[in-house]
Amino acid sequence: MDAFWFIAFPYLALVLAIGVGIYRYYANRYSYSSLSSQLLENRKLFWGSVPWHYGITLILLAHLFAGLFPDAAAFILGGRIRLLVLELTGMALALFALFGLIVLIIRRLPTTSLVRRATSYMDGIVLAFLLVQVATGVSIAIFERWGSLWYLRTAVPWFWSLVKLHPDMSTVATLPGFVKVHFVVGFAIILLFPFTRLVHLVMFPIYYLWRPYQVVIWNRRPGGATVHSTETTR
Amino acid sequence: MNVRAHVSMVFHLDKCIGCHTCSLACKNLWTDRPGTEYMWWNNVETKPGTGYPTLYEDQEQYHGGWVLEDGKLRLKLGSRPTELVNISFNPRLPTLDDYYEPFTYRYKDLIDARPGEDQPVAKPISMITGEEMEIEAGPNWDDDLSGSPVYASNDPNLKALDQEQRKQFLEMQQLVFFYLPRICNHCLNPSCVAACPTGAIYKRGEDGIVLVSQEKCQGWRMCVSGCPYKKVYFNWNSGKAEKCILCYPRLETGQAPGCMHSCVGKIRYLGVVLYDADRIEETASRPDRELVEAQRNIILDPFDPDVIRQAQKDGVDEKVITAARKSPVYKYVKLWRLALPLHPEWRTLPMLFYVPPLLPVTASLTQQGRYELATDFFSSLESARMPIRYMASLFTAGDEDTVIAVYRKLLAGRMFKRAETVGDIPMEKALKALEEAQLTPREVEDIYYLTSLASFEEMFVIPPMLREVAIEMGVEPHEFQEERGAGFVRIPERGL
Repeated sequence: MDAFWFIAFPYLALVLAIGVGIYRYYANRYSYSSLSSQLLENRKLFWGSVPWHYGITLILLAHLFAGLFPDAAAFILGGRIRLLVLELTGMALALFALFGLIVLIIRRLPTTSLVRRATSYMDGIVLAFLLVQVATGVSIAIFERWGSLWYLRTAVPWFWSLVKLHPDMSTVATLPGFVKVHFVVGFAIILLFPFTRLVHLVMFPIYYLWRPYQVVIWNRRPGGATVHSTETTR
Repeated sequence: MNVRAHVSMVFHLDKCIGCHTCSLACKNLWTDRPGTEYMWWNNVETKPGTGYPTLYEDQEQYHGGWVLEDGKLRLKLGSRPTELVNISFNPRLPTLDDYYEPFTYRYKDLIDARPGEDQPVAKPISMITGEEMEIEAGPNWDDDLSGSPVYASNDPNLKALDQEQRKQFLEMQQLVFFYLPRICNHCLNPSCVAACPTGAIYKRGEDGIVLVSQEKCQGWRMCVSGCPYKKVYFNWNSGKAEKCILCYPRLETGQAPGCMHSCVGKIRYLGVVLYDADRIEETASRPDRELVEAQRNIILDPFDPDVIRQAQKDGVDEKVITAARKSPVYKYVKLWRLALPLHPEWRTLPMLFYVPPLLPVTASLTQQGRYELATDFFSSLESARMPIRYMASLFTAGDEDTVIAVYRKLLAGRMFKRAETVGDIPMEKALKALEEAQLTPREVEDIYYLTSLASFEEMFVIPPMLREVAIEMGVEPHEFQEERGAGFVRIPERGL
């Protein structure tokens, strides 16, 4: 059973996430949107969206950094004080994100509210999975302390074994149940990614930092033969 | 010089009767879908008033448009990194409360009601949730001032008046209002385009129409805040921004936009102007008081041989240049200098222009029971019922001289025609007024003709804009539809 969840399932999730994500982008780009409901409800969104997005973004980046550069991460976590500070920071961010997520869920609960009208069943599924994921993450931080360190010796080798197509789940097989749930739900969320609003994650418009302010599109460029060219005035 | 063509509009406010026919034509054409119920791409506001969405003119609240900092243009919304940081929660976004919750009535209650003593009532229900609701606001809640000075006194433009003027102005007997129809201004320096992180909003090179690509838009909502006129709206159902498209599918088939076509008072004029695209930034960076004049200057004379030569070089079609020569917009804005942009101080260079209203002439009842014109009305602008400063706050970034120059012309024109047709004003006096306003009798006749007598064909002058013709031979029509046409190859459905 573990072999399915820790070897087959991650591959399935990643292949679908990339394959369907790309297909959806080219086949139905219109469906790519943040699907914001801020117009309909503003106040709860502030207390939900801001903690959630900042908290989870930083935590995900930390996971990603440690996963990609385990040696560097081990070096940073080498000192007692540094480890303590980083663990506490991670814990604070996780609770911050959890608080935001709970507000976001409460926000969508009332059945007659305006926001509910802009809520799909998929939103419910996404919120449920995220709640399980963040809750297990927080409990790992509380009950299985120094996760930032043992993560490097358990999940990271397993992750790299998947990448290198030599799947080896021995480092994670003996971990407690709720830690395993955290891993599996993590890949479940990756699987959900192309089928839900989570696609907005990869659409983050970082290129806004350097794109020219004005966009002018010509149906036919004056004096030239190019059709549909983009030109900027600033 | 880089000559481009722009399809622009002029609104003659003295002719607007505030009937909202334009708004309804637009609503029925474009915004009758789920998610767009609250949108009025065209709306008509009572001025003084708070407008739609409420207090949209207060940029300290909404942070729309551009500001000049050390001679450089910056989005008032903030720098690029600020925008990205605020992407998960836009602190400057108007919410539904700032517009209104769209409602209808449960008319079926009238039919289904059981026989009884009381008249059945159709209860108001929300068009979004379908639940019963209390109606607390509407798109024109302060229409005709709503019988109260409350809305009028909250008008942000009244900040331009001093305490005493405000008090006088708001006395009920003194209170006077006019209508301000608004659509997207299709600006030369659009701040919605600049604020869009994705780059989904663009200006069409050929005619200047500003559009939101529904495929590219990802619903980050920065355009809604970025536009100082609040003319980009967020569709809560599709998760995309939408705005006035100047009815380009109608223009491309030679028809006037819905709002213009349905206008009862014939207040709207639509035509082509040529402008110098190289001077956009420079024009938008001028000091407040020079903005109107700078915008008049960026519009080029279509009779000038240099302009024509450059236009041909820049690929402006001969038919477009011909249309620019017959453009009613060019006449009102550049030739007669009567039409002014709305809130030029937001520095987006709006390309719709307004002829400010002269308002009804003040008259008093004489003892013989005859209406007499206030004796000083035609000569003294100070007794104008709408303070010049208020108009300057709306149309000239506070520059009263420009507004006075426009009013002098409008008044002189009226005096001249009055002397000519009624004769209760001496012709010498009228001619003197013309001289002061720097108008010739010939010009007055032209203005009078275009204002009062012109046919629809003279008010609506565009070149043929058939996009199909503009596409080269050999391009598959299907591909054309997908890439450039109006509409979608597939049904646009909300993503999950």
